[in-house]
Amino acid sequence: MTSCSVVLEAPVQRVAIFGGTHGNELSGVFLVKHWQKNGAEIQRSGLQVTPFITNPRAVKKCTRYIDCDLNRVFDPDNLGRKVMEDIPYEVRKAQEINNLFGPKGSDVAYDLIFDLHNTTSNMGGTLILENSGNDFIMQMFHYIKNALAPESCPVFLIEHPNLKYATTRSIAKHPVGVEVGPQPQGVLRADILDKMRKIIKHGLDFVRIFNEGEEFPPCTIEVYRIIEKVDYPRNKNDDIIAIIHPCLQDQDWQPLNKGDPVFLTCDGETIAYEGDSTVYPTFVNEAAYYEKKQAFVKTVKVKLTAKGLRSSSS
Amino acid sequence: MAALQRLQPVSHVAVSGGTHGNEMSGIYLVKHWLREPSALQRDSFSATPFLANPLAIERCVRYVGRDLNRTFTKQFLNSKATQDEPYEVQRARKINQLYGPKGSAQAFDFLFELHNTTANVGACLIASVQDNLLPMHMCHFIQTHCTLGHYPILLYNLPDQEAYSISSVAKHGLAFELGPQPQGVLRADLLTQMGALVACALDFIDLFNKGTTFPAFETEAYRFIGSVDYPRHPDGELCASVHSKLQDKDFLPLRPGDPIFQTFSGEEILYQGHATIYPVFINEAAYYEKKIAFNKTEKCSLSIPALQRE
Repeated sequence: MTSCSVVLEAPVQRVAIFGGTHGNELSGVFLVKHWQKNGAEIQRSGLQVTPFITNPRAVKKCTRYIDCDLNRVFDPDNLGRKVMEDIPYEVRKAQEINNLFGPKGSDVAYDLIFDLHNTTSNMGGTLILENSGNDFIMQMFHYIKNALAPESCPVFLIEHPNLKYATTRSIAKHPVGVEVGPQPQGVLRADILDKMRKIIKHGLDFVRIFNEGEEFPPCTIEVYRIIEKVDYPRNKNDDIIAIIHPCLQDQDWQPLNKGDPVFLTCDGETIAYEGDSTVYPTFVNEAAYYEKKQAFVKTVKVKLTAKGLRSSSS
Repeated sequence: MAALQRLQPVSHVAVSGGTHGNEMSGIYLVKHWLREPSALQRDSFSATPFLANPLAIERCVRYVGRDLNRTFTKQFLNSKATQDEPYEVQRARKINQLYGPKGSAQAFDFLFELHNTTANVGACLIASVQDNLLPMHMCHFIQTHCTLGHYPILLYNLPDQEAYSISSVAKHGLAFELGPQPQGVLRADLLTQMGALVACALDFIDLFNKGTTFPAFETEAYRFIGSVDYPRHPDGELCASVHSKLQDKDFLPLRPGDPIFQTFSGEEILYQGHATIYPVFINEAAYYEKKIAFNKTEKCSLSIPALQRE
C-alpha cells in the first residue's frame, strides 16, 4: 500500500458521549447517567471519554425540548447570539456546550462526539454521517458495520445544501450521530439500549485501535443520502388528512417505487408514490417530526469511498 | 345462573377521544367524526363524538395540570372551583355537566373512551369492576363479531375503589386501549382497528335497543390487583429497565422467579410474588411518573346473565 493513498489523521484524545439532547429519548439519557456513575465500560487507554447530559431541563421534564430543539441551534448565528433575558433555554445551553466541548471549528474543539438519540421510526441502529469527506468517520462506520454484521447498521448521510441541520455534535472535529429505534418517547427498552451500547463499544474500540497505529485500508461503505423531506397531506386548516399507509409503516430503508402506497386518507383511499426512481424512505412516522411537517424523508443509496487511514503519531 | 336481566334502552351515547392529548388514534377519529358523523349513526340512536382535553391535544401532551383520566371521582367533580385549580379539574366538571352528572338519572347511557398505550396490549377492552352487565355483553359481542384480532377484557379498578375514568360519568362505559403506539404517533393499523371496534360496539347497542336477547355466557377477564414499580436509586432515578424477557409480554403469565428487570450493570431482578400473575401495561411511558413498571392482574371467570332491553 503506497503512503499517498493513506490519510494521516491526528490521534483522537478527547471524546464526549452526549445523551438527552432530546430529553425524552431515554436510551442515551440512561446510558450517560450510568456511565457518569460507573464509567469503566467507556474507558480506553490513552483516551479521555466524557459522558454528558446536554439538555438537563428537558431530561428532567421528559420532554424533547423546553423552548426550541437543541439539535438545531448549533449554527454560527445562535452560537454567537448575545445572551439576553429572553434567550431560549436551548440557545443558552448550546453556547455553554460550545464553550465546554468546542468552540466549533477551532483547534481546541473535542476530537469526537457521539450523540445518542432514539426515534419512534423503525430505523434499527442507524449511524448518522454529516460529511461525505470525513474519512475517519467513514472508516469508523465501516468498522462498526463489520462488527455488528450480520445485523444491519444503516448509514444515513445528512449532507445537503439546505436540509442539513446544525447538530449538537457538530462542534467536534468528528461528529457521530447514533439513532436507534423504534422506541416510544419516554420509554426505555432493554433491547434498544443494548443495541446503542454495542454501537458505542465498537466505536470506542475503533478509536483505540486507530490511536495504537493500525492502518485501515481504503474501503467503501453504502450510505443513504437524504434528498427530500415529505410532509403529510393537509387541508387548508393545516390538519393532517392522510396518514402513513400500513404498507409504508415500519419500512424504513426499504425501497419505495412508483405506485407503492405512501399515505391513507380518512376515507380509506391510498395515495401512491409518484416519483420515477426508487427511493429509500427513513424517519417514517417519527413523533417529533409531525410539527416539523415531515412524514418521512427520501434517501438514495450511494457508495462512498474512504481513503486509507492511519494515525499521524504512529 | 341468574335470570334474564333487563335494562333501559340506550339512547344517549358519547365517544371521547383525547382524554390524554398525545394518544393519537382517538383524537384523529373524533376529529374525523366531528366533520363527518355518519359512521356514528345507527337506526335507534346516534353517538356524539367529543375531544375530552383540548388544551392537552393542542400541545400533544398527556395532560396540562393533572391526568384527566384520574379526575372523575366525586372528590374532584363535586369540589368548589378555585382560581389556581388544574385545567383538568375544570374540564372534568364540564364533562360531568355535559355527559353526567355521574351517578344521576340524567347521565348519558354509555360513554366510550379511546386510548393508546406504548405497551404491547394489542386491543383490550377496559371496564370498571362494578359495571358488569351491559359492558360485559358488549365485550362478548365484540369478541365474537369483530374478527380483526383478539380482545382481552381488563377490569381496571379494585373492588372497593371508585371508578375514576371518564367513562364513569355515564351510566355505563367502556375503554378501548390499543397499543403499542408511541405517544404523538398515528399508526394506520391501530386506527383502522379502533374504528372497527367502535363500529362493532355501536352495532351491539343498536341490536340491544331493537330488543335482541343476548344469552347468558361465561367469560374470562383480567382483574387488576396491584402494580410493580421500577427499581430505583435513593434519588428516585431508575436503576433498571424492564427485562427483555418481560418486554412486550402483556397478558402472558408471569411466574415467581421469572426475570422482570435488568440493571444497567447487567444484573437480573426476578419476580418475587407468590403466585402467577398476568402483567399488563408493561413499560407504558406515562406510568414512569406514576411509579408503575407494570400492572398485575389475575385471571377470573365471570358469569354474566342474559340481557334484554325493557
